[in-house]
Amino acid sequence: MTTDGGKSQSVVEAKGLGLTFKTADGDVVALSDVNLEIKRGEFVSFIGPSGCGKTTFLRVIADLEQPTSGSITVNGTSPADARLNRSYGYVFQAPALFPWRSIENNVALPLEIMGYGDADRRARIKKALELVNLEGFEKKFPWQLSGGMQQRASIARALAFDADLLLMDEPFGALDEIVRDHLNSELLKLWAATQKTIAFVTHSIPEAVYLSTKIVVMSPRPGRVTDIIESTLPAERPLEIRETPEFLAIAHRVRDGLRAGHSYEE
Amino acid sequence: MTALQRVLAAFASGFALLALIFDFASTEGAPLPVWEFPLVGVFLVLGVLSLVRFRVKISYWVDGVLAAIGAVGLVLALETLQQAEPGYWFALVASWLFAWLFAERLALAIARDEVPDAVGVLIPAIFGVAILVAWEAITRGGNVPKVLLPSPSGIWETLIGNIPRIAADFQQTFLKAVLAGYALGCGAGFLVAIAVDRSPFLKRGLLPLGNFISALPLIGIAPIMVMWFGFDWPSKAAVVVIMTFFPMLVNTVAGLNAAGHMERDLMRTYASGYWSTLFKLRLPAAAPFIFNALKINSTLALIGAIVAEFFGTPIVGMGFRISSEIGKLNVEMVWAEIAVAALAGSVFYWVVALIERAVTFWHPSVRGGRA
Repeated sequence: MTTDGGKSQSVVEAKGLGLTFKTADGDVVALSDVNLEIKRGEFVSFIGPSGCGKTTFLRVIADLEQPTSGSITVNGTSPADARLNRSYGYVFQAPALFPWRSIENNVALPLEIMGYGDADRRARIKKALELVNLEGFEKKFPWQLSGGMQQRASIARALAFDADLLLMDEPFGALDEIVRDHLNSELLKLWAATQKTIAFVTHSIPEAVYLSTKIVVMSPRPGRVTDIIESTLPAERPLEIRETPEFLAIAHRVRDGLRAGHSYEE
Repeated sequence: MTALQRVLAAFASGFALLALIFDFASTEGAPLPVWEFPLVGVFLVLGVLSLVRFRVKISYWVDGVLAAIGAVGLVLALETLQQAEPGYWFALVASWLFAWLFAERLALAIARDEVPDAVGVLIPAIFGVAILVAWEAITRGGNVPKVLLPSPSGIWETLIGNIPRIAADFQQTFLKAVLAGYALGCGAGFLVAIAVDRSPFLKRGLLPLGNFISALPLIGIAPIMVMWFGFDWPSKAAVVVIMTFFPMLVNTVAGLNAAGHMERDLMRTYASGYWSTLFKLRLPAAAPFIFNALKINSTLALIGAIVAEFFGTPIVGMGFRISSEIGKLNVEMVWAEIAVAALAGSVFYWVVALIERAVTFWHPSVRGGRA
């Protein structure tokens, strides 16, 4: 892998990836024959009903699950090496902030573990909290903030260290629609400002279409990719773009892909 | 006035009236009328007159002062009377009821913000004083044998009169055996818990062993520890170690599993090592469990050390004093030691609880929020 930062460089490459969970009730096929490439700087959404393996795929990238067949590389290495190289930041469904740490100390957590120096740490905390608009809340504790602010703090925590890849697992799933819209448009700005590669799991069609440069439609039992849609929307996306015919056309195609996955099952 | 207040007021005045009618007390068979005790007399007459409250509003402070005059008068009366008669007991009940009425009305006034909240400490204080007054009156006025129940004043006098001896006992039992045993037992339980958590092999072996040791009867191991570690305090500390080890072990093992899956995954995405995850995530998450064990053990340790002294000890120590003084039927000394032990145990617990509040300030049970 070269580090020229070219747009064509592939960050995640999965070939024939499969994952089967062994349970007491027998085998559950979570992923089957997934072929996918995520290129540097892309914003890729994974959408599908629950049980389609979208979260599992994200966890395989993060080396939190082990695939049982096929191959996957992250930054040209195995997911395990990518994890040990701290080459991605992961944002979970819940903020998962430590209640005994203030917001700034929560953001400092990965920096402490990865051994960043004191002055560097302080500068990075400041920058990360600015990116998510949480200046002035450094000394607060997580339980003193709203759900949306907590999730923003957890994004700041994933941005604080030098990882070019951001993995987000339904980060706004538990938030109400208005907060969600706001955070979505902020996330796009943040993506433009940081030039990171983002893999984003969601079950909301508008969210996926609004955010992504590429939408991966998945279907359950067994979890597999049914469609990959390259977005034709411009990079600059105000919230109103969601009423344009272009947006609705993509949303329609996503919906068709999801329906196809379902009819296959029934 | 609430219904409860009306009932309390009526009964309080009613008992005051009864106390004026019945024989009050006697000495060597000769009756002692109530006007021999002016303070009690004033209390009873004013108590009956307080019935005007059903026509005119009376401040709750009047009830408080009435109860106080009655209590002081009744306790002072114990100096001269030999045997309390029905009138005395009615007066005691009346004084208790006035105190209750006062507490009831004061609580209501605090709820209505008529007086500052700080005055609220009066209410538990009234309860404590009322118990002591009733105890004093019943034991002395009723001539209860000291062996059954000595009076608070008798216990207090014994305590004050034997300060050097009790201080030596306290030092021997609490400052040496309890604190040393507590620190060693809790420390060992904590370290073994971390080892057990690290290794499934140790978990299978050590947890049943810890369980087994904790099931051993205290009175069985105490004499054995005396054989092993000698008569002085180390054998008592050893008993305390055995008693405090297991609660700490079990609680810490449970606490180390308290961190959520998501938080553990998070640490894994940072490629965080075992120790880093232990210190930054799992031990802070285990803190509420660990403090639970520390609080349980703070009282267990004292019990263990005192009981262990029943089985061979130098002639000092709270347990030794209790067992030897009960043999001499010197019950007041036993109660004095019990009072010191109860106070020391409460303060110990309170200090641990205070540290807990400072350390686990973030926990919903401490900050009073939801999870």
